[in-house]
Amino acid sequence: MLKKALHILAIITLLSVNNLMGQEHHAESKHTESNQHGEENLSLKEKIKEDIKHHLQDSHSFHITKGVEFPLPVILWDNGLHIFSSSEFKKNNGVVNKDGNYYAISHSNGHIYKTDASGKINYNDKGLEINKKTFDLSITKNVFSIMLVGLLMFLLFSGLAKSYTKNGGIAKGPGRFFEPIILFIRDDIAIPNIGEKHYKKFMPYLLTIFFFIWFVNLLGLTPLGANITGNLAITAALAILTYLITTFSAKKDYWKHIFWMPGVPSLMKLFLAPIELLGTFIKPFSLMVRLYANIMAGHVVLMTIIGLMFIFKNWIGSSLSFGLAFVLSILELLVAALQAYIFTMLSALYFGAAVAEHEHQHEEAH
Amino acid sequence: MTIPNLVGAGLIVLGAGIGIGKIGGSAMDAIARQPEAFGKIQTAMLIAAALIEGIAFAAFFIGK
Repeated sequence: MLKKALHILAIITLLSVNNLMGQEHHAESKHTESNQHGEENLSLKEKIKEDIKHHLQDSHSFHITKGVEFPLPVILWDNGLHIFSSSEFKKNNGVVNKDGNYYAISHSNGHIYKTDASGKINYNDKGLEINKKTFDLSITKNVFSIMLVGLLMFLLFSGLAKSYTKNGGIAKGPGRFFEPIILFIRDDIAIPNIGEKHYKKFMPYLLTIFFFIWFVNLLGLTPLGANITGNLAITAALAILTYLITTFSAKKDYWKHIFWMPGVPSLMKLFLAPIELLGTFIKPFSLMVRLYANIMAGHVVLMTIIGLMFIFKNWIGSSLSFGLAFVLSILELLVAALQAYIFTMLSALYFGAAVAEHEHQHEEAH
Repeated sequence: MTIPNLVGAGLIVLGAGIGIGKIGGSAMDAIARQPEAFGKIQTAMLIAAALIEGIAFAAFFIGK
């Protein structure tokens, strides 16, 4: 069993190395064709940086390895809905013409901008684009991956639920692996933090974000190169959901404790109220930053070490870098699960604070 | 990658390292006192470590 797991891990690491090597060749040929920056021969370090940035960003086509790439639909709203395939950005020097509007993808951040017929994107002094941005609703790599994970979770858990009815209350197959985890979330995260009375309302949300963050983090470690939670927008969406649920399920005691804290002199109450209000925003904000930074940092370090493998062109340097990348990948597996657990636990903590019911002996004992 | 940037990054790592080191140390002491409470102590230790790492990473990305 352990041998099999080690075999699979080794194959995954080898595939990811192969992927990066494929990216190298791809980036090389790309740079000799289109010099949007006017640089012809980038050094190896800069090519690696370029590749890492390309891997960490969202993109409009799903690039798996050298040669295996499928374009995703681009959906723009610009006084009219334009739907086309992102492979059109490859032809005609990167400029797409739709009814007289010209669009091009910026090299620095992968967004689509409106340009004139030549497809030139103008930058201001700080290196930011000045062209007009389009209202982009396309199915990018991140959106596609999230849909895949959603479909996977739906099929997995609905099959799980059905297997209970077919087998008379005992789980079979994947259920045997997931049942202890689901019970762990209920018994060690939900009930201690939210309490016996109200935990059932929040269980679906807690289960969903736990498994979603865990699966999406794991997906980011595969050679598919889908960096989903390493994207501030997506972790912001999760944090906003937690904030909305906390706010809309909060009881009177919760607001009382924020704005008019009992047991504190009146002047202090006025002083503390804005700070406490800010605290309600900062807590989900910290959830967002924590998840984003952990996953992003892990990916950047891992890819840098793999890139180091190509800078050291001797036997010892490259093999040591490979070993380090391998060990770090295993640590990243732990971080994937840990970050999902931390996000879920802190969300449960905030829900518990929102629905907490106190006995009213406040003025002395608080 | 200027010198003040690097010094700042070093200070962040120092802060996180000392914080998590202290938590790990007291977790070890607690487990040595009462080995059967290993599970609960481990859970609490990981939670505290993740919170400290959260601030460290936030500071790192603000600095960048």
